[in-house]
Amino acid sequence: MTAVPALLVENLSVEFRTRSGTVQALERVSFAVPKGETLAIVGESGSGKSVTAYAVMGILDPAGKITAGRAMLGGLDLLAATADQVAAVRGREIAMIFQNPRTALNPIRTVGSQIADVLIRHANVPRREAPGRAVDLLRDVGITDPARRAKAYPFEMSGGMCQRVMIAIALAAKPSVLIADEPTTGLDVTTQAVIMDLIGDLARDIGMATIFITHDLALAAQRADRIVVMHAGHVIENAPTAELFARPRHPYTAELIAATPDAAASLAELASIPGSLPDLRRIDLPPCRYAERCPRRRVDCDAELPPAPAIPEHVVACRNPLS
Amino acid sequence: MTGTLDTMSSATVHGAPPADPPLLDVGELRKRFPVSGTLGLIGRLRRRMKGGPIHLPHVYAVDDVSFTIGKGETVGLVGESGCGKSTLVRVLTRLLDPSGGIVRLGGRELSLTPARRFAKDPDRARIQMVFQDAGESVNPRFTAFAAIADPLRRLRGLRGAALTAKVEKAADQCGLPRALLSRFPHQLSGGQRARVGIARAVAVEPALLVLDEPTAALDVSVQVVILQLLERLKTELGMSYLFVSHDLGVVRLLCDRVLVMYLGKIVESGPARAVFANPLHPYTRALVDAAPSLHDRGAGRIRLQGEPRSPIDPDPNVCRFYGRCPKGTDLCRAEMPALRRFGERDVACHFAEEITAR
Repeated sequence: MTAVPALLVENLSVEFRTRSGTVQALERVSFAVPKGETLAIVGESGSGKSVTAYAVMGILDPAGKITAGRAMLGGLDLLAATADQVAAVRGREIAMIFQNPRTALNPIRTVGSQIADVLIRHANVPRREAPGRAVDLLRDVGITDPARRAKAYPFEMSGGMCQRVMIAIALAAKPSVLIADEPTTGLDVTTQAVIMDLIGDLARDIGMATIFITHDLALAAQRADRIVVMHAGHVIENAPTAELFARPRHPYTAELIAATPDAAASLAELASIPGSLPDLRRIDLPPCRYAERCPRRRVDCDAELPPAPAIPEHVVACRNPLS
Repeated sequence: MTGTLDTMSSATVHGAPPADPPLLDVGELRKRFPVSGTLGLIGRLRRRMKGGPIHLPHVYAVDDVSFTIGKGETVGLVGESGCGKSTLVRVLTRLLDPSGGIVRLGGRELSLTPARRFAKDPDRARIQMVFQDAGESVNPRFTAFAAIADPLRRLRGLRGAALTAKVEKAADQCGLPRALLSRFPHQLSGGQRARVGIARAVAVEPALLVLDEPTAALDVSVQVVILQLLERLKTELGMSYLFVSHDLGVVRLLCDRVLVMYLGKIVESGPARAVFANPLHPYTRALVDAAPSLHDRGAGRIRLQGEPRSPIDPDPNVCRFYGRCPKGTDLCRAEMPALRRFGERDVACHFAEEITAR
């Protein structure tokens, strides 16, 4: 790993105030992405993948509160920075693409003008040149006939094409970090492969670090250099991709792998994961939030775990890991 | 594989042995939708006033599709969005009228009954459907009980204690705790909602269950449980499945046979494991290559370039996959490949032998 990561998240904790109690959505989440690498954050719904991304981008729901931690983008702590400071880097240095491209785009403006907006705002492109540069960007993301497509509205395009437009917008200012939140959920596998290839190729061209959030373990296996596994707001394992699949150490990681259809020879061989996520509103949340579902639970699992470092080779948050 | 090249009509190719007639027999099924938007109302009126032909261009959503589903069989249907899977499903479940061809269920020709009247048909209960996300496909103002009871009341005419008993039985079969029956969809978890969606479909004891991506909205840990539930129900209740899915990994595990569809046509069909292990059609190959796998980093896979051809009035002599196909020769542009038999498989590609020979 290189010395200075493009993005370093350390001990990030987030809670949500709701009428029925405070939800401990994230607790001491740490990870780092070096320049030019792809980090996948995987986990089931409710594990805190998206909340992590939203907290780093400063677009958390008003009910959410960051209670601890830092997110270093170069020399700037995004979590401690003023709104102006964050606005200055968001879109330029760190960009995000969202799950549903059709709802993330403005439905009543042409895609060309939406890309031009970003160029003017973030890439210091003169207003007159922006429409032309928008067409170039559409070409870069592999849209055929970009001049005509620039005049199209989002509803006139397929889901795959809308996602390409989102990528063009996110990469307009050549950011150093891209966060892609389930960028291909809802797209066909063939389109998914094309979009992931595109993100990978563009990231390589500009040496961008990519954080790729997905629930699809197989997709993460194929695309990421390193994988962070989350469960109930905790990072429970963080390892290089090949290492994680060859030797998963956290019992939950092993169960997730065993539940992925790709791995099994027959339906009976697929293993379900017993239990469900704990209620994160509970006051007496155990230090290990997997303990109540865990087949390898021991007495000392109820004791507090030391916080995991952000830059490890292979970190596992478990007292009784698989070897 | 010997690769016999006799080109039979697809209806006979798919025929099951005569001793055991298939549950569902679909022959040369077609569904076309007129596209009026290209001409506009004024244009159409003007053309009509001139006495010219008022032929409208059509989308060929389902084009000459034939297949069978045997009793107790699970058939998978895969393909990209826009390939006609959903239209095919809607025609089979008799929510849409076909433009041509036959849909025969247990010997009875269903396509003669208009979709509008089929809602009251005695055979309505025999084909049921499980939709993608029960959170969206179940009436949000219905409790789980009401959702499951509705088809029983309408199709089986059950009332009172008999109805309650039947709803509870369906809930038990699907592993839905009875205590949850009074809850509304938004008060249920994804897995519980999926169980409601399945329970309401199996409550009326269908012979054929059409499942449209039943686990697409679920996490893997819940997906496993639902898939195993479906497998158990199929045996217990003696149903046949048509399983529509994007997820080739799931199709491989659950399905006996698979149909691969591209732009309204079946391009390959055969035993699921064989098709995925050794695809003979370049499109199937591309699909299999595009599906991410835990075990390979996807080196050397076929990358599909470009967009699919237009489904509006397609040229009958050009292979639908031409233009995106890595093979694509002059022959593909001059002659539409017919489905041909290779052992247990049917493949619509001029070059399938070359791939078999590999």
